[in-house]
Amino acid sequence: MSAATPVLEGRGIVKRFGHVVALDGADFELYPGEIAAIIGDNGAGKSTLIKTLSGALHPDEGEIRLDGSPVHFRSPRDARRVGIETVYQELAVAPALDIAANIFLGRERRRGGPLGALRMLDKGAMRRHAAEHLAELQIRVGSIAQPVETLSGGQRQGVAVARAASWAQRVVIMDEPTAALGVKETRQVLDLIKRVRERGLPVILISHDMPHVFELADRIHIVRLGRRVAVVTPRTHTMPEAVAIMTGATRGELEQALTTEQP
Amino acid sequence: MRHEKVRHGSHGRIGFIVALLGLAAVAALVAATASARSTATIKVGLITKDVTNPFFVKMKQGATAEAKKRGAELLYAAGKSSSDNAGQIAAIENMVTSGVKGILITVADGKAENPAIAKARKAGVLVIALDTPTVPKSATNALFATNNFNAGVLIGQYARAATKGKTVTIAMLDEHAGSSVGALRHNGFLKGFGIKGSDSQIACVGNGEGQVAPSQTAMENCLQKNPDIDVVYTINEPSAAGAWTALKNAGKSQGDVTVVSVDGGCAGVRNVKAGVIDATSQQYPLKMASLGVAAVVGYAKGGKKASGYTDTGVNLIAAKSVPGVKSKSVAYGLANCWG
Amino acid sequence: MTSLDTTSTEQRSAASRLGGLVANALSAPAVAPLIALVLTMTFFSVKSDNFLQAQNLSLVLQQVMVVGVLAIGQTVVILTAGIDLSVGTVMAFGQIVMTKLAVANGVPAIPAIALGILACVAFGALNGGLVAGLKLPAFIVTLGTLNIAFALTHVYSDDLTFTGLPSELLFFGRTFELAGADVTYGVVFMLVLYAVTWYVLTQTAAGRHVYVVGDNPQAARLTGIGINRVLFSVYVTAGLMSGLAAMLLVARTELGDPNAGQTTENLDSITAVVLGGTSLFGGRGSIIGTLIGAVIVGVFRNGLTLIGVQVIYQYLVTGVLVILAVSVDQLVRRRRL
Repeated sequence: MSAATPVLEGRGIVKRFGHVVALDGADFELYPGEIAAIIGDNGAGKSTLIKTLSGALHPDEGEIRLDGSPVHFRSPRDARRVGIETVYQELAVAPALDIAANIFLGRERRRGGPLGALRMLDKGAMRRHAAEHLAELQIRVGSIAQPVETLSGGQRQGVAVARAASWAQRVVIMDEPTAALGVKETRQVLDLIKRVRERGLPVILISHDMPHVFELADRIHIVRLGRRVAVVTPRTHTMPEAVAIMTGATRGELEQALTTEQP
Repeated sequence: MRHEKVRHGSHGRIGFIVALLGLAAVAALVAATASARSTATIKVGLITKDVTNPFFVKMKQGATAEAKKRGAELLYAAGKSSSDNAGQIAAIENMVTSGVKGILITVADGKAENPAIAKARKAGVLVIALDTPTVPKSATNALFATNNFNAGVLIGQYARAATKGKTVTIAMLDEHAGSSVGALRHNGFLKGFGIKGSDSQIACVGNGEGQVAPSQTAMENCLQKNPDIDVVYTINEPSAAGAWTALKNAGKSQGDVTVVSVDGGCAGVRNVKAGVIDATSQQYPLKMASLGVAAVVGYAKGGKKASGYTDTGVNLIAAKSVPGVKSKSVAYGLANCWG
Repeated sequence: MTSLDTTSTEQRSAASRLGGLVANALSAPAVAPLIALVLTMTFFSVKSDNFLQAQNLSLVLQQVMVVGVLAIGQTVVILTAGIDLSVGTVMAFGQIVMTKLAVANGVPAIPAIALGILACVAFGALNGGLVAGLKLPAFIVTLGTLNIAFALTHVYSDDLTFTGLPSELLFFGRTFELAGADVTYGVVFMLVLYAVTWYVLTQTAAGRHVYVVGDNPQAARLTGIGINRVLFSVYVTAGLMSGLAAMLLVARTELGDPNAGQTTENLDSITAVVLGGTSLFGGRGSIIGTLIGAVIVGVFRNGLTLIGVQVIYQYLVTGVLVILAVSVDQLVRRRRL
């Protein structure tokens, strides 16, 4: 493994909801410039894990480190402030508003000078920046002033990804980015994710789709029963082998180091 | 993955407490109503359209006073609004269960409450309609009401005499469509004035909703249609007040226009005194109610059931009297007004 | 090198494309209601000589100004997918407070007006607190405050009408001359309020956030927009507008009426919003559309009286208009997707 400091790291994260233990001492590292995928069966704890990393949930135990230093996120705002952006499964876009408005949602730019004192939005600047970000990621749309509801599913995903990518300084997290897309649009989004990495942003990716995971990921973290049970790469393992670890048919290498009670 | 058990536990506890409280409230209510029951006194029920209209407030006052005078007990209920017939139906049923000997009611809907009224009558309860007739009138034992047609006739006659038989331009502000009282007053006015509904002197018929602001709007629009309006019929005094504001804003003086109305509420009679309204037909809700209570008590004591229509009377109140039309003074109006 | 394409690759017929163009034009804010207004005014000016005169049009605006101001508050509330059923009765309470204090308690006019407006804002805060804080449905909450305001109005006024108001209370009902017509100060005030609201809704972040909360509250939450703050503020705004509308109502009717706001004002404010193209589901609409919607209602009342149409048909027309407006809005939206 690389000796570089992980950009984002979680150690021994425990998260309980009442009597249910969603995360039972989970670990995770994201190294600079990589796409790290998290895979696991339903209920394994993937979503919970990334929610603790993005500030949406507070871990009950364990530590999160950013560039080696411990951090404590009280809300998604804190995470965004240090440059961690998330693309949610539901996209979290406002369909009635245009693309530029969505990219700047919650972070709108104001004009300078006296008009700014009247809190006037700098729509021109926002549109220009939005257009630039979309162009960088090679997302094609008819007009930047188009309402998001007139876009296709793939374009909407592109807008959500562009939003995260344009604000993220350190990490982009993506939760099931191709779940609702057709074949062609999926292809477009996968290429988009590669371009995000090319721009120098490391990506954490949750996906159910093994072929996509194996196409994109540099490393694959396999989660089961609230713990990370293995870290594999597409070069060292095949898809069936990864799936076997995921379902528990095979023991992951990290699992063998632990003593676990079978329920 | 929230834990469902904990949630249900706390929900269950809360639900139990709420149910206990509800039970306690019901028990208290039952005790209260039970204690209110006495066996000997005659019970009379009064149900009005709503609790806030000063007309009905006066009715309740009259009923309460008459009941006290005769040693009877008054049960009172009202709908939530002037169209809440369901609320009134529930009140009828509750009062019958409480053992009233008679129910006095101003019906919100002329037809919808007839079945409930029929059931009450079958149980031996005397039902008298006050102010507003049921359709048909025979659905209740009796009707004590203003003759609304007559009220309209009086003000029509006044308006005709006050304008000395000249050709005039008339505006009529009614209330919402389907108001039987409104139709009676409107047609009464026409008869009293001596014209038909198609008469060319009628320049405008508007809907003032019987309220101040909508009547102002309706009058303004009528004036836009015909600025020469010099006679205004209004269905009630708030409507007249709103119409006057419009007339005033259009540059008319009190002498330019003859404004007539119906009701005889104290605010309205004060407007007659102020010259805003030239004449109004005063009606007597207190009389309706006290006559009603007396009728029920009489019936309970073994007397006859009241029947038929009793005209509780109407008087024309005007500041200036005109030849050929009997009217009473403003002082009389103020002494007998309601609200 | 792939890219995300725009439209589907199916061939569209010329008629279909034209339909799309029309739909796109119609969907620009307030265009559809504006066309409806122009058509309506054309109809009435043909049928009646009195209609298109400056004096008559000034009158229509004056008749519309109270509901027009109420509709501003209703618009911002509906944009968040809420509704405020209490605007009419809260306004009634406000005007009773203003007039009773001035007439019966000798309070000077300006403080009396301020207290009346404050009373309405308090109701708005109550609505906002319950909807935003306790997450109760707006329909139920405002139905409750409707009843509370109604009861308080009657209790506080003792069902008396307050007349003989000091002249400051009548200011907004006065007029000045402009281009041969009398313009009412209250109308100017209403237009200023619309202009300010337009600015906030379309040119500021706060306005955008109102739209987002109605369009996709989850998106608002996840992007850090304070939903509770937005919701609270729109109901307080509606309360403020009720107070300002009360001030205009007092100036127009020159009295305090305990029965005000019970018939048309509540529903008319919602009708104006719907006619103006704002969606009851939130997130879409324009404040200018609401102004046009309010004017359309006033134009119909005025025009139908001028041409002598029976009053019962006004109800018919209003009902048909509202259904038409909602249908056009739906068709347009489906057409452009």
